[in-house]
Amino acid sequence: MTIDDAYSDAYRALADVHGGDEAHWAFGTGFDDPLAGVDTTLPSTVDGAALAAYCLMLGDDALVLAQRLTEWCTRAPELEDEVALANIGLDLLGQARLLLSRAAQADPSVVPTGGAGVAEDGLAYFREQHEFRNVRLCEQDNGDFAHTVVRLLVFATWRLAALTRLAASVDPVVSAIAAKGVKELTYHRDWAARWVIRLGDSTPEARSRVEAGLAGVWPLVDELFRPSTVESGLAAAGAAVDPAGLRPEFDAVLAEVLGAAALPVPDVPPAALVGGRAGRDGVHTEALSYLLAEMQSVARAHPGATW
Amino acid sequence: MSRVSTVDELARVRAVAAGVLDPELPVLTLADLGVLRDVRLTGAGGVVVTITPTYSGCPAMATMRADLTARLRAAGYADVEVRTVLSPPWTTDWISDAGRRVLAGHGVAPPGPAPRRPLGPVPLTLTRPARAVACPRCGSPDTEEISEFGPTACTAIRRCRACREPFEHVKEI
Repeated sequence: MTIDDAYSDAYRALADVHGGDEAHWAFGTGFDDPLAGVDTTLPSTVDGAALAAYCLMLGDDALVLAQRLTEWCTRAPELEDEVALANIGLDLLGQARLLLSRAAQADPSVVPTGGAGVAEDGLAYFREQHEFRNVRLCEQDNGDFAHTVVRLLVFATWRLAALTRLAASVDPVVSAIAAKGVKELTYHRDWAARWVIRLGDSTPEARSRVEAGLAGVWPLVDELFRPSTVESGLAAAGAAVDPAGLRPEFDAVLAEVLGAAALPVPDVPPAALVGGRAGRDGVHTEALSYLLAEMQSVARAHPGATW
Repeated sequence: MSRVSTVDELARVRAVAAGVLDPELPVLTLADLGVLRDVRLTGAGGVVVTITPTYSGCPAMATMRADLTARLRAAGYADVEVRTVLSPPWTTDWISDAGRRVLAGHGVAPPGPAPRRPLGPVPLTLTRPARAVACPRCGSPDTEEISEFGPTACTAIRRCRACREPFEHVKEI
């Protein structure tokens, strides 16, 4: 088959290389380990259980927000932005798959049974709400488009600051995942920042929406910078990032974006903790239970199913 | 086995792996896209191929693995292992000159040089960078970006102001 033939009929091109193997027709069939063949040796200085807990934190952030962003499919104000939100969700889902797989390698005991032997599926579909380690910011409902872009700006700014530093992690797999993620998050943050400015610098209606988005998101900002014992311990070993140290960069970026739109930095108190605990401790809001019910229902109704 | 024949065989097996097409941009080979990182023979007559994903969420990795295995088996190598490598991260700078010509010939504008960033915090880019991207259809340099996110993770959408056609652009990472 020539390249021109392949281009005119991608389906035939695939058929040609697959030699009639039906397993290849749909992406989504037979997902295999995204870390297949990666050297997964754990550095001797890193505690496997702690690294697994840390990878679940960063992986769950990405997984839960990816799920939220896909809710925009068929509902975004413009096709281009729907495609952007879906692409950002796909990047985050990819980061989540890598991180959940790394968690399972670092400590296989974190994986519940029920994923038909696929670690990332077990972690995504068969953990209970209190076992998720994402920050509460990620599980919040989307709200309107302004709320969604404000939340994404806050999240991408925090995560880009974290992954930039995490690229120097002593764990080579986490380091590699972070270095890839930096490139992706740079695009995510720019997209969200431009939308916040565009809305904030627009009609009174748009501006009031973005102000409401900021007021709704800001109570969950402080939680991003509360170090858990897992993070503090791993940061001391050079494997993780202490989130408290990310605050100056976060504040500078948000000041630049909000300043460009003449939007005030919100002055609202942080959301209450529950007995001193929050998302990183498995304490979540009601919003996560609905999200998980939808995300996990098919896998739980048909455990081990393939298609 | 003589040294020369091993070299010949390695060249042959490399050529087979290098010719596999990318599932999402099936005009480009995996070698031209820069995701094929290494091909080597094991002492026991097997082949080890190393690939890297373009984006973390690239949905085509499993298909690439299956395609490589199928092609190499068809070429007579029963023992094929496809490994993933994540580091260094893929960059559009790895798309070959031949790959760039093929993309342009099929209406997809190739990427410019990937951004080089100093160590430390990544700077914000609040206005879209002025990229010099010629229209792959009419050649006009007068094009504008519609969105940095396109139909695949790798592409942005642009529009030509001269011939009015929209087109995809492989965005720089």
